[in-house]
Amino acid sequence: MSTGIGARVKRKEDKRFITGKGKYTDDIRMENQAYAAFVRSPHAHAKVTGIDKSAALAMDGVVDVLDGHQLTGDGIGNLICGWMIHSRDGSPMNMGAWSALATEKARYVGDAVAVVIAETQAIARQAAELVMVDYDELPAVAFADKALDAGAPEIHDNAPGNLIYDWVIGEEEATDAALASSAHVVDIDLTNNRLSPNPMEPRAAVATFDEAEDHYTLYTTSQNPHVARLVLSAFYQVAPEHKLRVIAPDVGGGFGSKIYIYPEEITCLWASMKTGRSVKWTADRSEAFMTDAHGRDHISRVRLGFDVNNKVTAMRVDTIANLGAYMSLFSSVTPTYLHATLYSGQYAIPNIFGNVKAVYTNTVPVDAYRGAGRPEACYMIERAMEVAARELDVDPAELRRQNFINEFPYQTPVILQYDAGDFGGNLDKAMAAADVAGFAARKAEAASRGKLRGLGYSCYIEACGIAPSAAVGSLGSGVGLWESAEVRVNPVGTIEVLTGSHSHGQGHETTFCQIVSDRFGVPIENVSIVHGDTDKVQFGMGTYGSRSGAVGMSAIVKAMDKIEAKVKKIAAHQLEAAEDDIVIEGGEVKVAGTDKKLAWHEIGLAAYTAHNLPPDMEPGLKEGAFYDPSNFTFPAGTYIAEVEVDPQTGVTDIIQFTAADDFGTIINPMIVEGQVHGGVAQGIGQALLEQVVYDDDGQLITGSYMDYAMPRADDVPFYTIEHNTTVAPSNPLGIKGCGEAGAIGAPPAVINAITDAIGTDALSMPATPQKVWSALQGAATQQAAE
Amino acid sequence: MTEVTMQVNGKSVTRDVPDTTLLSDFLREELRLTGTHVGCDTSQCGACVVHMDGKAVKSCTALAVAHSGASVTTIEGIASGGQLHPMQEAFNEHHGLQCGFCTTGMIMTGIDMVNRYQAEGKALTEQAIRKELEGNICRCTGYHNIVKAIEDAAGRMSGMAQAAE
Repeated sequence: MSTGIGARVKRKEDKRFITGKGKYTDDIRMENQAYAAFVRSPHAHAKVTGIDKSAALAMDGVVDVLDGHQLTGDGIGNLICGWMIHSRDGSPMNMGAWSALATEKARYVGDAVAVVIAETQAIARQAAELVMVDYDELPAVAFADKALDAGAPEIHDNAPGNLIYDWVIGEEEATDAALASSAHVVDIDLTNNRLSPNPMEPRAAVATFDEAEDHYTLYTTSQNPHVARLVLSAFYQVAPEHKLRVIAPDVGGGFGSKIYIYPEEITCLWASMKTGRSVKWTADRSEAFMTDAHGRDHISRVRLGFDVNNKVTAMRVDTIANLGAYMSLFSSVTPTYLHATLYSGQYAIPNIFGNVKAVYTNTVPVDAYRGAGRPEACYMIERAMEVAARELDVDPAELRRQNFINEFPYQTPVILQYDAGDFGGNLDKAMAAADVAGFAARKAEAASRGKLRGLGYSCYIEACGIAPSAAVGSLGSGVGLWESAEVRVNPVGTIEVLTGSHSHGQGHETTFCQIVSDRFGVPIENVSIVHGDTDKVQFGMGTYGSRSGAVGMSAIVKAMDKIEAKVKKIAAHQLEAAEDDIVIEGGEVKVAGTDKKLAWHEIGLAAYTAHNLPPDMEPGLKEGAFYDPSNFTFPAGTYIAEVEVDPQTGVTDIIQFTAADDFGTIINPMIVEGQVHGGVAQGIGQALLEQVVYDDDGQLITGSYMDYAMPRADDVPFYTIEHNTTVAPSNPLGIKGCGEAGAIGAPPAVINAITDAIGTDALSMPATPQKVWSALQGAATQQAAE
Repeated sequence: MTEVTMQVNGKSVTRDVPDTTLLSDFLREELRLTGTHVGCDTSQCGACVVHMDGKAVKSCTALAVAHSGASVTTIEGIASGGQLHPMQEAFNEHHGLQCGFCTTGMIMTGIDMVNRYQAEGKALTEQAIRKELEGNICRCTGYHNIVKAIEDAAGRMSGMAQAAE
């Protein structure tokens, strides 16, 4: 059976997971280990006027109680946001100070003000209850649309009116003029609901300070251990990079929320040095809801203009984005360059303008969550197109098709240049698989049972393969977004690949081996992947933004190019042939057109024995590469949701969900389909179920799985998945990326289907039974009045 | 502190533990059987499911001292010798796992579900599997391949049961 590119290879990493032998951070136990429990603010906004530790310190088993004054006194720096955004007036974003342990003020419920270190987790948690913090409560603001109100409580001194930035993209005057002269303008208000990413493994950290070596080791639930080390070192001043080892072992999902470096990891490292103990912290689920970066939370007005022929003329978006109480690591870029650059969707739109005002509120920091800005953009354009089709009384698929971009490269008015795609082909495939032609009959049949059927489209596009370093640098990024790899061929011919990507469910230990097996013809079991440890892998930018294939695997290809070149030199020398005549096939290195050959392992042995290498060649067979992409990649596709609504209860059933995706080259269809399944389920979760709720005072109402509706198995259907491939021209494998598509494309498809079923667009996410039922009553009332 | 004795994966174990020790902590911290995971505090997610006296239970919601004398099987105890349990095989074959964190609880729930339906002679339909998974949350897979894996494993376990008869 083939194990190369395109094969449905079963995952190599599964065995340890299905036997319970995975090694997650909370499974790590160090000698001399103590436990941390955080003392967290119960108030959304309050001055901290005093901390009385005496009762906690007196408890048996408590090692120490530490606070923010001690932390800052030891020179631990503030948390930072790593991407500079400038406002329309040229001023830099207003980044408020964020100490890992709050000193003067707590700014959200859950803001840590002290930490207890104790012999057991139970003692630490009990003692945390005994730390008496004096708070002077302040008025709080929890909602994006209230944060900019005159007189709203101000959260950071350096952010007047809670404004972080007032950012624009595109041409305002031209766009407004085009809208003013359009034959028809869709004008809708949309809310992108606030979500909690909820990887099933809660965040955790185990920090150890080795005094003799003046060296720290941190096990942590990270998607990017090298970035964690860089930031912990360069900005938080925990330790210089060569004195800090960060290991992200098995990580139980991330979805963006484990990109960031949080106060807890910083505090555990510092507390390990303070106490001389290994310090372990594992979040419980309530703590995860209270402290993991949330996602989305945009309020937008979208205007989309059409000419008399139903061609789109212009799009204007005005958004308020809630970034929470502090600016998380990549929070600034999520509602700007990861978002507004996708306003064009799959359509030729000559004029686009966007304005995003980012605001502070007394809520958990908000940052990238699966899709990161692109789901919000997709929701706007795809809801607006659907509403337009209804207002113009044309078929929604045909309106889209009529406006599709068909020629590439295509320069959008919002920075990005799409390089390849087949939007019409995606739509065709999805419509055929979803049997759109038979929908009218199914709708009639449902109606005979008293049910309302609806069909909704979403033609999504995203920018992945993040990202060309110079391009993101010019847009404000504090880091480059290349990836690195090292390929080590051992003397016996087995191969280790060290990668800066990080797998936390994506299956890299299988797919990365496939491209090596494919290239050199070595059995896949002779290839292994090393990742997640800063002492083993030189550097890497980690996994997010659907980048591990397009960028991470490209780095491996570059390293393999160098390996191949050296292998050919060795073989040419030993077989007395010209380098150009050497071919690598089926695990053998041959002279083309002859029977002269060497087995792959003989090359490995030759490289390391070095008895007979070409003159001046170094021994060994190990090559490294850094790959910096030349462009973003542009996964795109069509999703079609078919739903049935019970008008008596407002309950929505998803009857069928069809995806036709163009991900470029697919290394392992089984894994790619799994990514789509998971992404679509998260998108369905956003559309139907999920909502982080704060009350007016900034209290978190959805603090557990009893309150926050996660998608369960019976909330989702089997998914139908089709592929329509155009290769990505910007990277050697032609990969576009698949990790986020489902979460980006699914929400508008579901909402378009429900609103089609119930006959009104007055519906927001999540479309709970109550909301759907109420919308139906509103539609009925309106019809009666007409 | 109270002495607790249990049969865990076929072996008798005895430990002195605080009365507040949850079964999940007893397994993870005392016995270092870390395949049982804890993903929430409210018995919702099911990552901690083990079998106690032949029934699936959420070990994060059971006190160890309350179950002294019980027989417990964890994910580490379901393969026999080098042979994986059919449910474990099916999860691999159908790509029923991604990050692996919920997987151990899913497998333990899946085995219990199949055993119960087969004991009662009921068909384990797709709809039944989805309902039965109400207490197990997965964030990665969208459940598609988990349902497929359990459907397939039910067939394999039925074959196994017949072969044993």
